[in-house]
Amino acid sequence: MNNPPDISQDSKEYEEYAHGVQKHVRGYLMVGALLLTFTAITVALSYVDFGTRKANIGIAMLVATLKAGAVAAVFMHLAAEKRLIYRILIFTGFFVLGLFWLTFMAWYDYPIFR
Amino acid sequence: MEIPYTISTRPDTGLWNAKIGIWLFLASEVMLFGGLFSAYIFLRIDAAPGTWPHGLLNVPVGTMNTAILILSSVTVVLAWASLKMRRYRAYWWYMLATISCGVIFLTVKLAYEWPQKFEHFGVYIKPDALGKYEKYLGNERRAEKGMEPRIEITGHLHSQNAKEYEVALDPVNADPDNPAMDRPHFFPLPVTDKIATIDKEDVERATMFLPTHSAYFASYFTITGLHGMHVLGGVLVFIYMWLPVSKKLYQRNPEHLANRVEVSGLFWHFVDLIWIFVFPLFYLL
Repeated sequence: MNNPPDISQDSKEYEEYAHGVQKHVRGYLMVGALLLTFTAITVALSYVDFGTRKANIGIAMLVATLKAGAVAAVFMHLAAEKRLIYRILIFTGFFVLGLFWLTFMAWYDYPIFR
Repeated sequence: MEIPYTISTRPDTGLWNAKIGIWLFLASEVMLFGGLFSAYIFLRIDAAPGTWPHGLLNVPVGTMNTAILILSSVTVVLAWASLKMRRYRAYWWYMLATISCGVIFLTVKLAYEWPQKFEHFGVYIKPDALGKYEKYLGNERRAEKGMEPRIEITGHLHSQNAKEYEVALDPVNADPDNPAMDRPHFFPLPVTDKIATIDKEDVERATMFLPTHSAYFASYFTITGLHGMHVLGGVLVFIYMWLPVSKKLYQRNPEHLANRVEVSGLFWHFVDLIWIFVFPLFYLL
């Protein structure tokens, strides 16, 4: 979903613009309802035995990622944002993965239960 | 001196400055919470069998708080859309709804969930004394089923003296061989009136459900505490934008207020996004 365009000073164009924003509002409400539904699904799935706890965690994280994706894409307007924002996020992703990697490396320095 | 590019976009970036600013800030926030989540993951992977608790948090209350945060994300984006459509009255109501959701979330967390944990008590039994407390742990049946052993007895601290703890047991320890106790319940079961007497010499450690209780509660209080501080910060910013001082800005330049609401809304959505992962990791799994 695109970010609504900048508002126009012309009254006719403004009416069209307001109508456009109204369409976005319907989208926001739908995504909100979807997020609430997926929250209920997450809770319900946590009481289903998928065989192993790892499987349950994987499925719950998959649903959480879908929800987070919807928040980022629609509420945070990342579905249609300027290139610079994406560049910032690519760097962020790179460094946060590096952070996880560092913790993973430190994990091997502390072999207690492995 | 007027701050440049608060409304119009910079020609080289195509964005107004605060928008780049908030995204750079959110990038640093990703690193902050990323560090804590990576700590959570590896603490959990490293937890010895039976030491990572399940079902200790109140799932209906956590679900309600999740719904409240989602609702607040919707209301803040509607507040922003209302400003874009130049409907200040609607903006004012949506902003009030957002603030209310944030306050309810924090109240539930600080006045109900956390204090409830502070009243709960857990006793970790030494490995060589686990057999002595089999009637509270049910480990023989669990071993037959290939399940992790129970090494903790939980409930409310009834009394204690120099030699013993008396604990009013949680249902999981009052009826440990009941298969219904193998998985957490959606609605938390109340503490029973069955009292267990535990010799202090058999105890590895005993504590209320505080950050010192376990890696689980240390992670839980750290991450939910930091998240709560973010909610508080967001609420304070929203209160400022809801007060009459912001109406003056709206009358002067509505687009300027809309941009302010957009950047604070981005922060709020990020706080919601973090909770989307916190909720299943701590409450459900």
